[in-house]
Amino acid sequence: MYVKLGKRSAALIATGLSGALVLSACGGSDDDSGSGGGSADGGSFSIYIGEPENPLVPSNTTESEGHQVISSLWTGLIEYAQDGAVEYTGVAESIESEDNTTWTVTLKDGWTFHDGTPVTAQSFVDAWNWGAYSPNAQGASYFFSNIQGYEDLQAPTDDAGNVTGDPAATEMSGLKVVDEQTFTVTLASAFAQFPVTVGYSAFYPLPEAFFDDPEAFGTRPIGNGPFQADEDFVPGQGFTVSKFDDYAGEQPAQADTVDFRVYADLNTGLNDVEAGNLDVLPDMPPDALASAEDTFGDRFIEAPSSGFQYLGFPTYDERFADKRVRQALSMAIDRQSIADAIFFGGRTPATSVIAPVVDGQRDDACQYCSLDVERANQLLDEAGFDRSQPIELWFNAGAGHDAWVEAVGNQLRENLGVEFALRGDLDFAEYLPLGDEKGFTGPFRLGWSMDYPSPQNYLEPLFSTSALPPAGSNSAFYSNPQFDQLVAQANAASSNEEAVKLYQQAEDLLLEDMPIIPMFFEVEQALRSENVSDVVIDVFGDIDVARVVVNS
Amino acid sequence: MGRYIARRLLLTIPVLIGASFLIFAMVYALPGDPIRALGGDRPLAPAVVAQLRDQFNLDDPLLIQYVKYVGDLLQGDFGTDFRGREVLDTIEQRLPVTVKLTVVAIVFEAVIGIIAGVLAGIRRNGFLDNLVLVSSTIVVSVPILVLAFVSQFVLGVKFGWFPIAGINDGWYSFLLPGLVLAAGSLAYVARLTRTSVAENLRADYVRTARAKGLRNRDVVIRHTLRNSLIPVVTFIGADIGTLMGGAIVTETVFNLPGIGRAIFDSVQAQEGAVVVGIVTLMVFFFIFFNLVVDVLYAVLDPRIRYD
Repeated sequence: MYVKLGKRSAALIATGLSGALVLSACGGSDDDSGSGGGSADGGSFSIYIGEPENPLVPSNTTESEGHQVISSLWTGLIEYAQDGAVEYTGVAESIESEDNTTWTVTLKDGWTFHDGTPVTAQSFVDAWNWGAYSPNAQGASYFFSNIQGYEDLQAPTDDAGNVTGDPAATEMSGLKVVDEQTFTVTLASAFAQFPVTVGYSAFYPLPEAFFDDPEAFGTRPIGNGPFQADEDFVPGQGFTVSKFDDYAGEQPAQADTVDFRVYADLNTGLNDVEAGNLDVLPDMPPDALASAEDTFGDRFIEAPSSGFQYLGFPTYDERFADKRVRQALSMAIDRQSIADAIFFGGRTPATSVIAPVVDGQRDDACQYCSLDVERANQLLDEAGFDRSQPIELWFNAGAGHDAWVEAVGNQLRENLGVEFALRGDLDFAEYLPLGDEKGFTGPFRLGWSMDYPSPQNYLEPLFSTSALPPAGSNSAFYSNPQFDQLVAQANAASSNEEAVKLYQQAEDLLLEDMPIIPMFFEVEQALRSENVSDVVIDVFGDIDVARVVVNS
Repeated sequence: MGRYIARRLLLTIPVLIGASFLIFAMVYALPGDPIRALGGDRPLAPAVVAQLRDQFNLDDPLLIQYVKYVGDLLQGDFGTDFRGREVLDTIEQRLPVTVKLTVVAIVFEAVIGIIAGVLAGIRRNGFLDNLVLVSSTIVVSVPILVLAFVSQFVLGVKFGWFPIAGINDGWYSFLLPGLVLAAGSLAYVARLTRTSVAENLRADYVRTARAKGLRNRDVVIRHTLRNSLIPVVTFIGADIGTLMGGAIVTETVFNLPGIGRAIFDSVQAQEGAVVVGIVTLMVFFFIFFNLVVDVLYAVLDPRIRYD
């Protein structure tokens, strides 16, 4: 799961800016100048990124900005098609298993890192072990938690949460190198969709050079992807990467160099595109959306996103313990009108908990997700809901959620006759721990974007009993043995089709219990200059920089 | 004079200790759990959380944390942020950007502000005086945010005269942001100079100078201006400190990776070591420039002596 940085970091300033920004939205004209113009054939272009949160190490990159950079420098075991399907265009020749527990990964020949060393089975095994070893404090270490022996790599802690010693092992017992091109992965429990997960950046391989000096590697990473880093990444400024000539993948870089430029504010980036200094803006400032299509024409690009926004219920609160109350509240909200009025098409109403970019998503999964005022009131009466008390609506401060949460409140008041109160004054650093401690007193906003396009990624980490806080993200504290069992069965299914079917059953159960109100799916939006074409947004919401063509 | 400067420099030590402790305590007092926020929607693995809390001494009481921090500091270790980046590296990277921006702003502020102020002061209620009055009123009353965006859009995007983001064009990159940053203070300097000059022009010593038959230019530049500049220099000196740490809006709009933004980001992320490191440095600059201003008094006005 990764955090969208752009929106948060600019938020404080953005509130004040919005007025001034309308100005920037109406700039239409631009010259075909563009970025510094490379001399070789492919040309060069520049792309906006927010400041990556961490050094550029795959196992420590869990947010969108660093991910954009990492994904252009690496190619994983597998890649994903636009519809989320697995494609064996990466390093893996095959990933197979008899029992969904022990997986054999066979690698293709000919893959090398940017420093010339070969990509071998050891490159993966070493990288995964390093990422899982808790003293290395890698943000994405939980991705390895279903591999056998992960627990042995976690340092022991006392009751107060202090580290009391070193982990028992440095290598997971579930990872075994068979030969140069083959390794086996033994999982702690069966997981049919394991191959779907390994395209995520946490599973990228690392060259030997990494282990000599991880710190230096973090500023000048060495991957196996279409682009290589020739210079250090400068925080606050960025760096330029160039085409990797020995790239073994199917989609080599079209451009010769890409200039990753760090910006603090999307509006500045938009202005820079309009002034002809920047070629790709992978996100749009909300204020510019209303007129984006008219102003920018086909330079404005949209794609479905894995981002999912929801309002969780504190199921631990007596008031929301009855599922009829939860169903009623969900049916009292007209999602489309909020999406139109506030997001100008930047969100679509959610009718399931699984985003459209995932194989196995159904548009009609949720029967309580469309407006039905009559039925909502009826259910509320049946449940004996006390309408005299206001419903408190929680969201984290300074992240642009005020408007739509208030719109939800207005609709609840209008459709159900219940007053509402906004509780939006806590920062993430306070908001999240409060949720972990069962502190919410009403529906609370949270979001999710996927790590890999599997229905499992939207179900197990968010709603299973094993994902209860503080270890997991099940902030609604939903716990249903039947749901857990269905997910477990799906994980152990013998084929992908069967797995998807079982996940869907689990989702049906979830959408009957309604521990959350599915609100919106996000829409990825990007802008390009006249200088470039073939700007494509992938399933993770990143720009596929290898495919971008610089117009001569 | 030497002893005076030495005494003032010695005084900075307790000020720095006090200031750094106050800032440290304030960051410590911020509500919430920065490590939890690092993970976002999905919490970090428990052993990783323990590791990070341990690494950054987050479970120690305030005083112990502070003592550990100062202990490292005395050995030249500014510590690292949550990303594992050395705070000293951050300062090294960002300080030059902020210094350049401040220099450009101060030059604009001093040169344009003082010239406008003098011209207005000499001919009070004349056309120039009214022009300065009106334009400075407008500039002071427009928030810097609006000024920044309007100038960026008009001068950068529409006319294409200036680069609008980043620092890739050397000093040229800093012209527009420097002007925007200076605008408010510039107007203030102009008014301050005007009042001061106008007042001094009516003083006895000016009348005496004129009676001696000195040329008007000499009267204004050599006698009036020098005396009139004392309040202006005081203001500009204090302003340097303010501009260095407080240019967050300008740095953000024009995408300059300077100190202001670093402070803003690290306060948001509750990174005590970064905030304290940078702000303490700012406090030092502030004290230093105030000292320079005090010394300048003696240069400007021979009656002032410190020994």
